[in-house]
Amino acid sequence: METTKILSARFGKIRPDSVEEYVAAGGYEGLKKAIGMQHLDVIEEIKKANLFGRGGAAYPTGIKWEQAYAIKKGPKYMVCNADEGEPGTFKDKHIMAEDPFQLIEGMTIGAYLMGATEGFIYIRGEYMGIQRIVRSAIENAKKAGYLGKNILGAGFDFDLKVVSGAGAYVCGENTALVESIEGKPGRPRQKPPYIKNCGLYQMPTILNNVETYSCIPWIVKDGGEAFSALGTDFSGGTKLMCLSGNVAKRGVYEIPFGTTLRELIYTIGGGIPNGKKLKFVHLGGSSGACFPESLLDTKICYNDLKKNGLSLGSGAVLVVDDSSCPVDYLKAVMEFFEEESCGKCTPCREGNQRMVEILEKLTEGKGTMEDIKKLKSLAQTMKTTSFCGLGQSAPVPVITLIKYFEAEFIAHTEGKCPAGKCKMNGKGVK
Amino acid sequence: MDMINLKIDGLDVSVPKDTTILQAAKQLNIDIPTLCYLKGINEVGSCRVCVVEVEGWRGLHPACVTKVSEGLVVKTATKTVREARQNILELIMANHNRECLSCARNTNCELQKLCNDAGIGDTTFEKKADRGSIDCSGSVVRDPSKCVLCGRCVSVCSNTQNVGVISYAHRGAHTSVTTPYEVELAGLECINCGQCIKVCPVGALQEKDATERVWSALENPDLHVVVQTAPAVRVALGEEFGMPVGTNVEGKMVTALKRLGFVKVFDTNFSADLTIMEEGTELINRINNGGKLPMITSCSPGWIKFCEHNYHEFLENLSTCKSPQQMFGAVAKSYYPQKAGVDPKKVFVVSVMPCTAKKYEADREEMKVDGLRDIDAVITTRELAKMIKQARIEFEKLPDSCYDSILGASTGAGVIFGNTGGVMEAALRTVADILTGKDLKEIEYTAVRGMEGIREATVNISGMDLKVAIVNGTGNAAKLLDKIKAGEANYHFIEVMACPGGCINGGGQPIIMDKSKTEEVKQKRIEGIYAIDKSRAKRKSHENPEIKALYDEYLGKPGEHKSHKLLHTHYTAR
Repeated sequence: METTKILSARFGKIRPDSVEEYVAAGGYEGLKKAIGMQHLDVIEEIKKANLFGRGGAAYPTGIKWEQAYAIKKGPKYMVCNADEGEPGTFKDKHIMAEDPFQLIEGMTIGAYLMGATEGFIYIRGEYMGIQRIVRSAIENAKKAGYLGKNILGAGFDFDLKVVSGAGAYVCGENTALVESIEGKPGRPRQKPPYIKNCGLYQMPTILNNVETYSCIPWIVKDGGEAFSALGTDFSGGTKLMCLSGNVAKRGVYEIPFGTTLRELIYTIGGGIPNGKKLKFVHLGGSSGACFPESLLDTKICYNDLKKNGLSLGSGAVLVVDDSSCPVDYLKAVMEFFEEESCGKCTPCREGNQRMVEILEKLTEGKGTMEDIKKLKSLAQTMKTTSFCGLGQSAPVPVITLIKYFEAEFIAHTEGKCPAGKCKMNGKGVK
Repeated sequence: MDMINLKIDGLDVSVPKDTTILQAAKQLNIDIPTLCYLKGINEVGSCRVCVVEVEGWRGLHPACVTKVSEGLVVKTATKTVREARQNILELIMANHNRECLSCARNTNCELQKLCNDAGIGDTTFEKKADRGSIDCSGSVVRDPSKCVLCGRCVSVCSNTQNVGVISYAHRGAHTSVTTPYEVELAGLECINCGQCIKVCPVGALQEKDATERVWSALENPDLHVVVQTAPAVRVALGEEFGMPVGTNVEGKMVTALKRLGFVKVFDTNFSADLTIMEEGTELINRINNGGKLPMITSCSPGWIKFCEHNYHEFLENLSTCKSPQQMFGAVAKSYYPQKAGVDPKKVFVVSVMPCTAKKYEADREEMKVDGLRDIDAVITTRELAKMIKQARIEFEKLPDSCYDSILGASTGAGVIFGNTGGVMEAALRTVADILTGKDLKEIEYTAVRGMEGIREATVNISGMDLKVAIVNGTGNAAKLLDKIKAGEANYHFIEVMACPGGCINGGGQPIIMDKSKTEEVKQKRIEGIYAIDKSRAKRKSHENPEIKALYDEYLGKPGEHKSHKLLHTHYTAR
């Protein structure tokens, strides 16, 4: 499938921290064009692009920038969420490792519009090598006059710093990320006030994901309509999808919106290896939905997915074949959340812990129907009462796996694991 | 004022802008349950017990931090809300060490009440999170196994008191409230104020219990066990026995203490008067002889430790006077045994204090004279109530008794030490008489009274404008000292009490179960204190006949050699 590449066009073709090679490959055209345009016209282009936040929340970027632009208070800060902690997600890693200037340029365009002079790229601690690449790119951009004082002679200053995360998944949550940059423990803030009004150091803050910022230079250079036309009516542009799990060709693929999940997994990804069949797909990261074959013809489009009760999340597509047990799989997922809840609110801190406890019982053959009922009830409580997105979405795999594979959960209460994965040590011990 | 109209559980209500759903519901007598919420101190919306449904909004929302808006339709007890609330309470309860029968907070525990009200049965969850081990190194004992991670103690320690020795650590299932690197409290900058105990909804924070030590002293025939009771204890102890808040139970308390077996029941009000004699004299000397000003009171051991840790440049400003507790101990082991014909080594002095920091103060290395420790045991108001209950004394039915001579007489000035502004007012009453050489009739210095955290006044005495400030809460003390350091304020005399409201709200006072009543309770205890002051025939420390006798027969004059040896102390930069 040959499709237009926006984000991955230069992957592997330029040295990632070389400004010259980036410029030679068409880089910084967007910034130059933006400087010659009215601020609101640039924002209008982004609105026309139908660009939605690529971090997972899918908030329309143009609207976000328009609202941030209208805020009179200052200084304003540009912040990039490069925490990429969602399991099965490694797209931002590729952008930063192979073409970090598109991110830097995107943030610089934003800074120019907003009048921000300082920006921060919050990169997860595990990406130490990538942090070095981005730091080097920033230094080189400064030397070449694309960052620092009086950028391109246009009379505006903008400086970027890389801030390293320290391993907490919750710091991918925007308010926790901002707390972390401020040197505080990464725990979410009560909203409102929202980041755009009251973010870093209580100042208006424009916070976007790596991929979102990276779309901006192309949109400004080639126009919002051209970007939008690449995707569906609703979702503009292309998306980096991360294929992992039981799929032949794992990796990051840039696809236009409108591609179906089946095309992604079978045509692009080469299907399920070893003669196995698909059991379910876990979409959008650990906090995303798990669904079976029957939904594979859904188009990758925010609207189409939503109609089917799904969410694109970070763009992670974890393929699980029929040798897996959904109960066993879910236990592993929930163990992640048990560790990674920040611990601030009760439902997330305690709920994940207790879900793991119940799932342990089920995989050991000690679970009961009451336990499944409790699992559902806890999932509902977490979804509706958790403080932030982490706790609100952590139960999504619980809800969806029980929805599609309830019979297998019930089999575990009868001492049977249909997939033969669970040891069921406690069979008959009930 | 802009009024917002909304509907809660089908009832219309109109409230000012910026009101929370919780407050608006209260107006309709709908008591949405809360756990982590503590007005003005901990408004973090983290426990999620108070979640409610709002029509048209996704999910449930915490009533404690959600502001009202026009036309909201709120439902506080739907099936969804009840199920969520039950799940949340069960989750909290499952990781809580449910030793209710042996817990000091049994029947006085907010979690217990919430679970009972919500009808939570037992839980099937078995695992227990490890939140650390018990720390009983200091005056405040932490039991993490009972901690519900509400964060109230963290907020009061960091924000109200500006101390910040406890905070959250780790994440997920391993989250705990602990000290930096899990060091014992005693090794840290903890000031032992016990405000964390007062806000804890459960039994995770307690004072270090000394009742067994007191019982064994009372039962030791070789010891001559005497007791002193601090000013603020008498207006709060009654609460432990269901009596109205602010009731003065002085007479019943004295009777109870005698029944418990104390040989003599003395009064810290007496030594508060003594403190005024020394401190008043010290102030006049500092002013007249170009001494270090402002002079700052030293009665509050929490404040002293706070200053020793954080404001070394003000250590010389602290009055060298020991606190009334320690002054009492010093005379109870010197003057008293001489007069009573008792061996000072056999005198065992117990203090009943509204304060947890007094336990620490009594144990300070320098608090001894000629090898004898001033104080042998300190119990809080709560611990005294526990002893009275253990002895099965029907407190509320007791007749009144009077304090014993020769350390039992006191004036109105002594009792007002129990609340913010009281030490200042007591000092002014005596200083004004000394400086004017008159017996002044205008003795109520209302300008220094009140509940605000920082108050200032200028008092004209004998032609001199005395600039004074009164602070309560160490967070406020820090603010004031920072202003002085920056040259933005200056005073002759400052009173500091570590606890918000002063000793009436000390860390050892009865737990106020309904936290929304805290301010009201503080106010009533203060009213109780001023009522006692008003009822006293003598209201100036220097008029106390037993104080006069103490100086005439033993000490000589305030500030002189013997007084200095017994009644003054020094401080350490920590």
